[in-house]
Amino acid sequence: MRISGLTGQAQRAGIEARHTPAARLKHNRSRLSPQQSELGWSRAGGNGQTRRVFGVLIRIDSVTKRYPDGTVAVDRLSLEIPDRAITVLVGPSGCGKTTTLRMINRMVEPSEGTIWIDGQDSRRQPVNTLRRSMGYVIQNAGLFQHRTIVDNIATVPRLLGWSKDRARSRARELMERVGLDASLARRYPYQLSGGQQQRVGVARALAADPPVLLMDEPFSAVDPVVRKGLQDELLRIQDELGKTIVFVTHDIDEAVKLGTMVAVLRTGGRLAQYAPPADLLSNPADAFVEDFLGADRGIRRLSFFSAAGLDLLTAPIVAVDATAEQIARAAQGAPYLLVTGIDGKPLGWSEPGALTAGSVDTGRLLSYGRPFVAGEDSLRSALDCAVLSPAGWAVAVDGEGRATGVISQTAIAEAIRGAHEAAPGVGGTTGAGEPKALR
Amino acid sequence: MNVLHFITSFFTDGAHWSGYDGIPTRLLEHLQYSLEALGLAALIGLPVGLVTGHYGKGGNTLTLIATAARALPTFGLLVLIVIIAGFGMLPVMIPLVVLAVPPILVTTYEAVRSVDRSPVDAARGIGMSETRILLQAELPVALPLILGGLRSAAIQIVSTATIAAYVGLGGLGRYIVDGLYQHDYEKVVGGATLVAAMALTTLGIFWALGRVAVSPGVRRAG
Ligand SMILES: Nc1ncnc2c1ncn2[C@@H]1O[C@H](COP(=O)(O)OP(=O)(O)OP(=O)(O)O)[C@@H](O)[C@H]1O
Ligand SMILES: [Mg+2]
Repeated sequence: MRISGLTGQAQRAGIEARHTPAARLKHNRSRLSPQQSELGWSRAGGNGQTRRVFGVLIRIDSVTKRYPDGTVAVDRLSLEIPDRAITVLVGPSGCGKTTTLRMINRMVEPSEGTIWIDGQDSRRQPVNTLRRSMGYVIQNAGLFQHRTIVDNIATVPRLLGWSKDRARSRARELMERVGLDASLARRYPYQLSGGQQQRVGVARALAADPPVLLMDEPFSAVDPVVRKGLQDELLRIQDELGKTIVFVTHDIDEAVKLGTMVAVLRTGGRLAQYAPPADLLSNPADAFVEDFLGADRGIRRLSFFSAAGLDLLTAPIVAVDATAEQIARAAQGAPYLLVTGIDGKPLGWSEPGALTAGSVDTGRLLSYGRPFVAGEDSLRSALDCAVLSPAGWAVAVDGEGRATGVISQTAIAEAIRGAHEAAPGVGGTTGAGEPKALR
Repeated sequence: MNVLHFITSFFTDGAHWSGYDGIPTRLLEHLQYSLEALGLAALIGLPVGLVTGHYGKGGNTLTLIATAARALPTFGLLVLIVIIAGFGMLPVMIPLVVLAVPPILVTTYEAVRSVDRSPVDAARGIGMSETRILLQAELPVALPLILGGLRSAAIQIVSTATIAAYVGLGGLGRYIVDGLYQHDYEKVVGGATLVAAMALTTLGIFWALGRVAVSPGVRRAG
């Protein structure tokens, strides 16, 4: 089985990570769409060694970078970057993230050590050939301001000798893929917003369909809302294309959200921890990592547990037109009742005594805050909803927004404890635990 | 008698419009000297400026050479070369080229240096060769400034090419030199007017060149 092979490799890569191979396997798979996982299995089965789908594509082998002025930016760093996954390099400013990334495409040459790309020493091939096989995205997009959007994206195909027409039609294809309107094709970069420019940067990097994508703080210059959009887009593109992405950021939330594996570097370019994000949050290797993760890592870790396993109660839910009998029955054992409309959508909370049978006065209901989607959201969302709700109860809804149940803070807290016990290392393998960042 | 009167009588005199001392001949001669000098200066200044600008090295040396070249008196240089090499095109061309190279060289160097580093970094990162980076990422963006350098060099050349007349060559300088010698102020003013008109035309040509050669993305972004 190829997959367990990866687990072994990843295990070796994660020097200081402590968790079970099974958890890691689950994590790596969780980022891939079902279709791709299937592809991975069948290809591995059918072609054997010819096409490595879940192998390690980039291996950084005790690499040191000493700049001419004596600065040691990276110190004996070893890292195995898995194929078809997003590996995030994160750490404080000046810790050597950019240097590490740029050593992969040899924009910076290592002083010592070797970087292996798909089993081959990266120095073996001509530098420009190497770079053309790796998309490169930087902070301010770095678009060519004298070229139109479509020609910016067509740059690498043109370098590879494609005809102008073919390169342009490929570029238009990519505009669609990264969510850019076709009407922007003939514009120049100055006519685009920062977020749009960044999308063009991503499209340009993807244009020649390189197996590897190197991204250096690509989303840090845009506002939080646009950044979230770009992150979601990247995850979607990654699900569709299955690139090997090395992503640099100094934002731990971004790292946790995007990373299949996260490498935390400390100043001086030394590896502090290399682990899947859920492990990082549950088991920081030392005080430095813990400090870097921030104060609310416990809460953030809940993003990795699905709310699907929660025991939702349906009894305390009544419709606006409920009879006195129905209200009385629902009120047994629940301090508050959730009132829903005829369509089943939640309207608000009320004490049972304040409800008038037959037709509830909706104006007097307590706000229910924000509901969570039972099948999709994480325990973090569920807890958040409960905290926000004046009644202290969270409302679960289905995809259409109809109330499917309610749950108290106390019950969520119990589920959290249960999930932690079932999965001391990672998100766990049973019940609520799915080690993939949910909403 | 005012200047305007000189100008009208110079240009309405039919004798000034034909023959070896006629306006068309002198204009063409002047144009020829100017183009040759500008071409030579660009041939030296552009490549050196582009390459040093691209690698970001040698800026201090360039500035030093440019300052030194600017300090050379054009007329003194002309006399010196006549003494060394005798009459001919050389004593005209060398001072003109010496005059024109510094603005071309220095602005080209500065123009390439001032190109935003991030597209250049991206260009390198996606595997462009250094030559391609220079020609396809830096030059198009630096072009407006480079054209500016060429333009000021061209204007200086056009107005200074009058020195050709001192060494017995033609050009619009003939009218000025001869006119001064003959106390024919009509001729002097006429010649000066033609030089000024040619300088203005040069400005116009460079403006048009900028419209055609510079990408709208650069023109409007800047
Ligand atoms: N060309 C260079 N010459 C000398 N020192 C350098 C050079 N480039 C980077 N450094 C130094 O190497 C160290 C690591 O730099 P690097 O750019 O890799 O950090 P980083 O993690 O990307 O930081 P940031 O988050 O601020 O981008 C820093 O101390 C930096 O000052
Ligand atoms: Mg950096």
